[in-house]
Amino acid sequence: MFRRLAPISDPLSFKFEGLALSAEKGESVALALLASGIESCRDSVVHGRPRGPYCLMGACFECLVVIDGVASRQGCQVEVRQGMVITRQSGARSMSGATQS
Amino acid sequence: MEEREIVIIGGGLMGAALAWGMAGLGHDVLVLDGGDLDPRASRANLGLVWVSDKGLDQPAYALWSRDAALQWPAFAKTLEQETGVDLQLQQPGGYNFALSERELAQLDANMSAIAAQTHGGLGDYEMLGRDELRGRLPHLGPDVVGASFCRYDGHVNSLRLFNALHLGMVRRGAEYRAHRPVERVEALIQGFNVVGSWGAIRARKVVLAAGLGNARLAPMLAMSAPLVRSKGQVIVTEKCQPFFDSVAGSLRQTGEGSVLIGESQETHTGAGSVNHGISAVLAERAAQIFPVIRDLNVVRIWTGFRVKTPDGMPLYEQSSTYPGAFVMLCHSGVTLTALHALQIAPQIAAGALDDSLLPFHSRRFHVS
Repeated sequence: MFRRLAPISDPLSFKFEGLALSAEKGESVALALLASGIESCRDSVVHGRPRGPYCLMGACFECLVVIDGVASRQGCQVEVRQGMVITRQSGARSMSGATQS
Repeated sequence: MEEREIVIIGGGLMGAALAWGMAGLGHDVLVLDGGDLDPRASRANLGLVWVSDKGLDQPAYALWSRDAALQWPAFAKTLEQETGVDLQLQQPGGYNFALSERELAQLDANMSAIAAQTHGGLGDYEMLGRDELRGRLPHLGPDVVGASFCRYDGHVNSLRLFNALHLGMVRRGAEYRAHRPVERVEALIQGFNVVGSWGAIRARKVVLAAGLGNARLAPMLAMSAPLVRSKGQVIVTEKCQPFFDSVAGSLRQTGEGSVLIGESQETHTGAGSVNHGISAVLAERAAQIFPVIRDLNVVRIWTGFRVKTPDGMPLYEQSSTYPGAFVMLCHSGVTLTALHALQIAPQIAAGALDDSLLPFHSRRFHVS
C-alpha cells in the first residue's frame, strides 16, 4: 500500500517474524514495517483478527509488536534500530512480565 | 400539548432502569435525556456490583446493596434474554486488600461493625491473612498483609448494561429522546409541565433521574437533592491474560482482559481533566497488590463525577407537596440497578414508595 518517496539513504537492518528487512535510520518501527509492505503486525486480543499500524501517533494501540522480547510495544513510538528482532503481538499480553506466551 | 403518563428526566443507568421496569408493566414512559457532553457517571464508572464495606453506620444501605447483589442474576438474565446483550456479569466475591497491619485492622473493624449493625445480615464476610490469601490468589504481591472478602461482590460490563437498558426499555415500549435538556418542571393542579427550549410536555408523573442535575430540578417540586462534589478517576490497561478472577474495591479485570483501576475521590475540583499525580498513586498501589500488572501499558484514563449525597446513600423520594413527582439518585448506580428496575419502578408506577425506603428520604439531611 505504501512506497517510499526516496530510496533509503542511511540504511539499517532488522527482522520481522524472521524476515530480514531494511529501514531508514531514525524512522519508527511502525513506519519501517509499512514501508516494507507489512500491513498487519498483530492479532486482536478478543477475536484474533489481523491488525496493523493506524494512527501513527500513539493513540490507537493498533501497532503493538514484540520488540527484542518485550511485549506490547507501540511500534509507532519506538525508533527502529540495527539488529532489532520484532515479532507479531498475538493474543492477550502474558502476565510473566517481559515475555510473550 | 403532548401529554404522557410518566416522564423520566435523565437517561442514565437510573432513568433507563426505571423506564425499563415501568414500561415492562405496561405504562406509558417517555425518557428525556440531556446532551452527549453532559457529565455521566453511567459512562465513567468501574462496573462493580459492590457490597463489601458499603453502609458502615448505615445498615439500611448495607442491606439494600446486598439485596441488589442477590437480585442481579435474575435481572441480568431477563435483560440479556430481551436484548441479546451479554452483560458479562460475574459475582465471584470481592476483596478489599490491606497493605499494612493498620489498614487490615481498619478493614476488620469496619466489616465487623457492619455485621453487627445489620444484626448478622452481612455477617458472612471473611478476614484473610497472608497465607490464606496467597492460597487463593497466587499473583498477590508481598506487600499485601491481608484482606476482607465478601461473597456477594462482583462486576458487570457497565457500558453494555447501559446499552442493554436503552435497547430494552425501547423494546418494552418506552420512548427515548436525546438532547432534551429540561429547564424547569412546573407542578399543576393535576400533573406537571416539563419545559425545555425544545418545547413542553404534560405528564401525570415526573421522575427526576438527572444525576447531578437533580440538585437544580428537585427544589422546583418542593424537594431537595443535596449533592457533594466527588470526582473519580479510572485507569484502563491493555488487555492481558487472566490473573484475578475475583474483584477488588479498587480494581477489576474485565471479561476481555483489560484491568480497570480506580478508587480516587477528589472534592476540591470541578475540572474534568485527568490528574496524573493521582493516576500515579492509583497505579502504584495496584501494582503493589498485583506486581504482575506493573509492566502493562495504560491505554486510557478517564474521569467522572459521582452523583453523591453528603452521606453517600441513595436518595429516593416522592414529593409530599406534589405527589406524583419523584427524585431518584445514587452513586452506586451499577450495583443498585437491579433494585431500581425490579423494585422501585413498580412502586413509582403504583404511586407510592415502600416504607422500607424511608431511610433514603432526604429528611435525613434536615436538622430537626
